[in-house]
Amino acid sequence: MKYSLLLEIAQKLMLARLKQTLVAAVGVTFSITMFVALLGFMNGLNLMLDGLVLNRTPHIRFYNEIKPNPNQPIDGSDTYKSYHNIIRSIKPNNVRKSIYNSAAMIETLQNDERVLGVAPKVSTQVFYNIGNIDITGSINGIDVDAENALFTFDDYVTVGNTGDLKNTNNSIILGKGAADRMLAQIGDVIQATTAQGNSVQLKVVGYYQSGLGELDNVQSYTSLETAQKILGEPSSFITDIQVKLKALELAPSMASDYGDLFEIKADDIQTVNAQFETGTEIRNLISYAVGITLLIVSGFGIYNILNMMIYEKMDTIAILKATGFSGRDVNIIFILIALIIGIVGGAVGLILGYLAGLGIDHLPFETEALPTITTFPVDFNPRYYIIGGVFSLLTTYMAGYFPAKKASSVDPVEIIRGK
Amino acid sequence: MKERLVLEAQKINKYFFNPVETQVLKDITFTINRGEFVSVMGKSGCGKSTLLYILSTMDTSYQGRLLIDDSPVTGKSSSFLSRIRNEKIGFVFQFHYLLAEFSVLENVMIPGLKLGKIGRKELEYKAMEKLRIFGMEDHALKKANQLSGGQKQRVAIARALINDPLIIMGDEPSGNLDKKNSDIVFEIFKELASTFNQTLLIVTHDPEFAAGTDRIIEMEDGRIISQ
Ligand SMILES: Nc1ncnc2c1ncn2[C@@H]1O[C@H](COP(=O)(O)OP(=O)(O)O)[C@@H](O)[C@H]1O
Ligand SMILES: [Mg+2]
Repeated sequence: MKYSLLLEIAQKLMLARLKQTLVAAVGVTFSITMFVALLGFMNGLNLMLDGLVLNRTPHIRFYNEIKPNPNQPIDGSDTYKSYHNIIRSIKPNNVRKSIYNSAAMIETLQNDERVLGVAPKVSTQVFYNIGNIDITGSINGIDVDAENALFTFDDYVTVGNTGDLKNTNNSIILGKGAADRMLAQIGDVIQATTAQGNSVQLKVVGYYQSGLGELDNVQSYTSLETAQKILGEPSSFITDIQVKLKALELAPSMASDYGDLFEIKADDIQTVNAQFETGTEIRNLISYAVGITLLIVSGFGIYNILNMMIYEKMDTIAILKATGFSGRDVNIIFILIALIIGIVGGAVGLILGYLAGLGIDHLPFETEALPTITTFPVDFNPRYYIIGGVFSLLTTYMAGYFPAKKASSVDPVEIIRGK
Repeated sequence: MKERLVLEAQKINKYFFNPVETQVLKDITFTINRGEFVSVMGKSGCGKSTLLYILSTMDTSYQGRLLIDDSPVTGKSSSFLSRIRNEKIGFVFQFHYLLAEFSVLENVMIPGLKLGKIGRKELEYKAMEKLRIFGMEDHALKKANQLSGGQKQRVAIARALINDPLIIMGDEPSGNLDKKNSDIVFEIFKELASTFNQTLLIVTHDPEFAAGTDRIIEMEDGRIISQ
């Protein structure tokens, strides 16, 4: 009963100043719309850019690193053990690129329940022979099914079918950039030479386009078997084991554990892609900062309008107080006005923000570099709507707080006498 | 049986400190009984309004003691005083103070809604009754600022009556009206006193009006010189 009366009075005061009230509400609406649309758009882009790299990056990659042996013979000598031994120009000894006992490792990893999947790979440097000219490239022999399942490989094969890699002998999916240089059409046969000097003929069955130009100029894909055959190696020959985990966060600790266990180099995704995390965080920070600035500005709008209303409605406040409304009642009335502006303006803003998001989501966005994207990416995460809603209430409450306090302390005698 | 006092002022003193310290009220002591119709007269600037603001509990910076309905109100919390004003005091100002955003009927009802003792329907009926007393029932749905000065003052009196207050205080309620309208307002107060036995304390300049009341309190320079 009591609050409904105060609410009624608040409504009447707002209706009496409908224009200003609407302006204040539109301010909130605008800032919430921008906030939600901006964050959705920003984060959509973030997710897309992260996905571009992170989706295709194994959480842990095992491989043999080529580096000098840390145990040099001089360290084993009794005579010089306690000396500082400085040896220059150490060369790595003949490490095998292939991972020793890879089948057992893969089995161990597959039995770990934290692991989502394992994809073995053979990577090797080659020269693509175009007439007299050789251009460098690299060929990845992959397990097509595992690669599709874990790294959405087929998303990036823009022409052709990944299945052909398995079904056609000596087939290759060329990087788009490399294919353009070689003028290689689908169905053409290209020639490549390995570092060991083996020459092979490969049939082009597709183009691969990742969106990262540097990659597309050199990278090509064959099946595991084809790669092993090119190198003249047996089917146990594997150079990389790529692991995707169920939880990304486990990568660093698991990488170091398994690295020690297998006595092999293990890179985790966080270490390799630290700069992406930072970029995402900074972009997020900027969008939040812009959004919250907008909200605070609209808060000042509400503050102004309430202040003006209080000056205009001094008489009303004096009468209310003279007829038995307490300072607290008057305070509640003005807080209610601020909150109503915030709730209505904020709710409309959330709806408009959602619609703006839908609009952006339908804008065509086609670029050579990003073959899988056709429209601008927007993230409709409810989190932004919740943050936007909470912030609109918070800022309007803050904006109403001081004017309401001022109104509640109006001395009716002063107003009545002032006439 | 001794009649209960509606209002009792004991040695009320009031100072203003701005621009210089001046004493505006000096040892004001008097009582008002139930059903009494009292007028306050005195030259302009002698402190009548100041006294009325204190008696109506709106002004709390004074020395002395004030009792309303036999219970002390001096030094009580502001929310307690709001309640007293709402329930026991009806105030009529010199200028017609109505809420411009509300209809005439709503203006009359608001103090009643605030008190919350009776439901809205019943209160609406009661407010119409009060308006009818003053011949204002036809204007009930108009906005307050669509009325003439005299009409506004009648509505203000109806509003003062809505919670059946212990006492109605008026600060020159006809001071801003023409002769005809101020006569109407006087008639209303007289009728309230005689027909409804309403306790009234009215500040006035008009000797003719004062002559028609039960008792005249005369003030000069912040003192009561006769009552
Ligand atoms: N806020 C104030 N500050 C200082 N002096 C005041 C103030 N209000 C009123 N006064 C002075 O107090 C005296 C009494 O004023 P008031 O009660 O309004 O007189 P009345 O109503 O009898 O005409 C006057 O001299 C007036 O100038
Ligand atoms: Mg006066």
